[in-house]
Amino acid sequence: MKLNRRKNIIAEWRGSELIGYWLLRLSLLLVLIILGFIIFDIFSKGIGVINWEFITAAPRVGMTEGGIFPAIIGTFYVTIITVAFAVPLGVAAAIYLNEYAIQGTFTRLVRMSLRNLAGVPSIVFGLFGMAVFVKLFGFGPSLIAAGFTLGLLTLPVTVTAAEEALITVPRAYRAGSFALGATRWQVVRTVVLPRAIPGILTGTILGLARAAGETAPILATGAAFFLPYLPDSIKSQFMALPYHLFIMSTQHHALAIVRPIAYGTALVLVTLVCILNLAAVLLRKRYRDRVAKGL
Amino acid sequence: MRSITEKIMRVIFWLSGIAIIVFLTGILFTLLSNSIPAFTEIGIKPFFIEGLWRPGAYGEPTYSINNFIVGTFMVTLGALAFAVPLGVAAAAYLSEIASPWERELFKPIVEVLAGIPSVVLGFIGLVVLAPLIAKLFGIPSGINALNGAILVGIMALPTIITLAEDAITAVPSDYRHASLALGGTRWQTIWKVTIPAAFSGITAATMLGMGRAIGETMTVLMVTGNMIARPSSFLDSVRTLSANIAIDIGDVVFGSIHFHALFVVGLVLFLITFIINLLADILIHRKPEVNK
Amino acid sequence: MMMQILNGFKNGISDARHNVEMTEQPNGNNYCEVKVEQLNFYYGSKQALFNVDIEVKEKGVAALIGPSGCGKSTFLRVLNRMNDLIPGTRLEGMVTVHGEDIYDSSMDVVELRKKVGMVFQQPNPFPKSIYDNVAYGPRIHGLKNKIMLNQIVEESLIGGALWDEVKDRLHEPALALSGGQQQRLCIARALAVQPRILLMDEPTSAIDPIATQRIEDLIRDLCKEYTIIIVTHNMQQAARISDFTGFFFQGEMIEWGKTAQIFTKPEDQRTEDYITGRFG
Repeated sequence: MKLNRRKNIIAEWRGSELIGYWLLRLSLLLVLIILGFIIFDIFSKGIGVINWEFITAAPRVGMTEGGIFPAIIGTFYVTIITVAFAVPLGVAAAIYLNEYAIQGTFTRLVRMSLRNLAGVPSIVFGLFGMAVFVKLFGFGPSLIAAGFTLGLLTLPVTVTAAEEALITVPRAYRAGSFALGATRWQVVRTVVLPRAIPGILTGTILGLARAAGETAPILATGAAFFLPYLPDSIKSQFMALPYHLFIMSTQHHALAIVRPIAYGTALVLVTLVCILNLAAVLLRKRYRDRVAKGL
Repeated sequence: MRSITEKIMRVIFWLSGIAIIVFLTGILFTLLSNSIPAFTEIGIKPFFIEGLWRPGAYGEPTYSINNFIVGTFMVTLGALAFAVPLGVAAAAYLSEIASPWERELFKPIVEVLAGIPSVVLGFIGLVVLAPLIAKLFGIPSGINALNGAILVGIMALPTIITLAEDAITAVPSDYRHASLALGGTRWQTIWKVTIPAAFSGITAATMLGMGRAIGETMTVLMVTGNMIARPSSFLDSVRTLSANIAIDIGDVVFGSIHFHALFVVGLVLFLITFIINLLADILIHRKPEVNK
Repeated sequence: MMMQILNGFKNGISDARHNVEMTEQPNGNNYCEVKVEQLNFYYGSKQALFNVDIEVKEKGVAALIGPSGCGKSTFLRVLNRMNDLIPGTRLEGMVTVHGEDIYDSSMDVVELRKKVGMVFQQPNPFPKSIYDNVAYGPRIHGLKNKIMLNQIVEESLIGGALWDEVKDRLHEPALALSGGQQQRLCIARALAVQPRILLMDEPTSAIDPIATQRIEDLIRDLCKEYTIIIVTHNMQQAARISDFTGFFFQGEMIEWGKTAQIFTKPEDQRTEDYITGRFG
């Protein structure tokens, strides 16, 4: 069946038309090859250095040996702060936009701001974070300054995902709840939010992935070149995977020697981000299917 | 009791909505207010006249970002030159030709591409693409504008593909059927009917891709060489606006003229991307919303 | 038994309601459950209802009929202020429920909606268990006591003629029920907050004839205790189940009277045309 279908498609494209068909097809193929190559290169060259010590030990001997544990932990901490900042705020903003606000000039302005916020270059967030969180608020270069900076950066992701989730909750549920005498907050809390949880979770994971991979915003807000100890409070500086990769590939005094470590770091980072993104994509597909089935 | 909770929650949500606007204007305000000392000390013109960025120069520091603007646009336009045709073609394949299972499979893969951290792409550019470019053009180093353009193009691809695909899919199938019914071939239909009908969406996709490319930091920082001199070709090293901030941000003295000059660079970067995003936004939302 | 529990529930958690009942001394014996005077209703600049007057007596079924888009559903949603949820709507005139002006600024919408329940065109049970659907209303109104909740759920499901079918699977998802069962669950859900009035917006238009029959029987049962106002586009249904009928046409209440009279000798030509099927 499928084979026939493919034949039919090609049969529709006769003679010189086939050139066009293949042009479009190869374009997509090229994109996939680029992606495949990047993943393959990092995987094949990085897998060799991955072992228990690499994951669980700190760098040693001027960062030419040892592992990347502090960078993993640092990234973990900073993304937790990011999400703790961006998700509640993002969900609340989405609830405002979708459940409370009267659609008009003001909500259009909020939405436009949101889309423009999404387009602000990451290094500009870095500048903002440095001026506001590090200096003005006096956090100093720290987990919390970097986490808030990344939180601002991921806010559009979480708001958009949360709003998409809220929109898919059927209006009939809201009407049913209102008709029973529920207040708006009760409607949101008891009927809308429980339905929107998978979507909000998707946004959270996407936000995590985004925050885990960003380097520019944390350059001056808290990421450290090397720390002999793990961060012990939200005021501590921290090592982070992407920043570690940046250092290992451009700033280290013996770049050729630490290349394998750089590959290993890249592999860990890519694996982490890809798993998060894939989880988000699958989760979203599941609830979109569920919505499509009307359940 | 219940109405108090209701009122509190209403205020919380309202504040959260306001917060979005406050953040965006807060960023602009921070950039502006921190730029003003630089403007009063140096003036506005010296940032844009021909010259070099030498904030540390003994005696006569200069703050021209002229070359960085050139560098930024070289990398960006170079990136779009291959990312737009490739992205739109891939999007056309996905929405017009691909079977449902292909779409189901490939679209998430494109999203994965979007998720690759820019620092990883920069690393690939450094260790894979740079030697390749050096060998291909017979030059000593492949760390240059071309390398940056290719990688930034790859970064912009997912944005362009996703938005262009949305735009193409949104073209009413009536158009296609009309064209096919008139005896148009599939290629003619895509090339002469569907893509032109999706033109404004594709333009918006290009512009958002452009916004991403201009703001991209880590990749260009790692692979373009960051020379402050004016580049004369794609095989020269360039420094972009964003890379310049990233390079200096680490060890700038807080409150110095240099510090404030960095915010001027940030302000320029913000305004360029803001205008591009705004235009794209207007393009996408130009059509009146049917209902809500 | 049921009334005892109802009363217990009322006294236990709803003092406000109790006060209302104390104060409402019906003015004479021609007391009206719902009274609407000179009602005009607008969606933005578009007027949807014109000078509607109606008096609905306590208990019994009042049916609102008319071609689609005639304003009958809009009118129904005026009575529990569900139209408040649509931005840009505006209302003129006087609407009293149980002697209270429901559009008065001192009116608590939540209290109103407790008193005036609603059943929708599409069955809309929440994606929760059968039990949680029925318990939803009492819970949001502050009832936590498990034993009382259990009793209310049981009585409401009995009231909704669904108990026998679901008593062994109260904790299964409501969405697994058939369309007709879902609609009876929605009725039970509305009963659980002890309303006085039930608004029904074409409650059988989305379900099959046999399930429709059961719901019509249920409505006849319920109208002994509740005032039911039902919108229907099915004239036979109105004739079968209602005591009073109102005919809406282009936003106006053309005629209002005893069902038998409306269907046998209507006074207005347009009513007659509609009933005899000349348009609609």
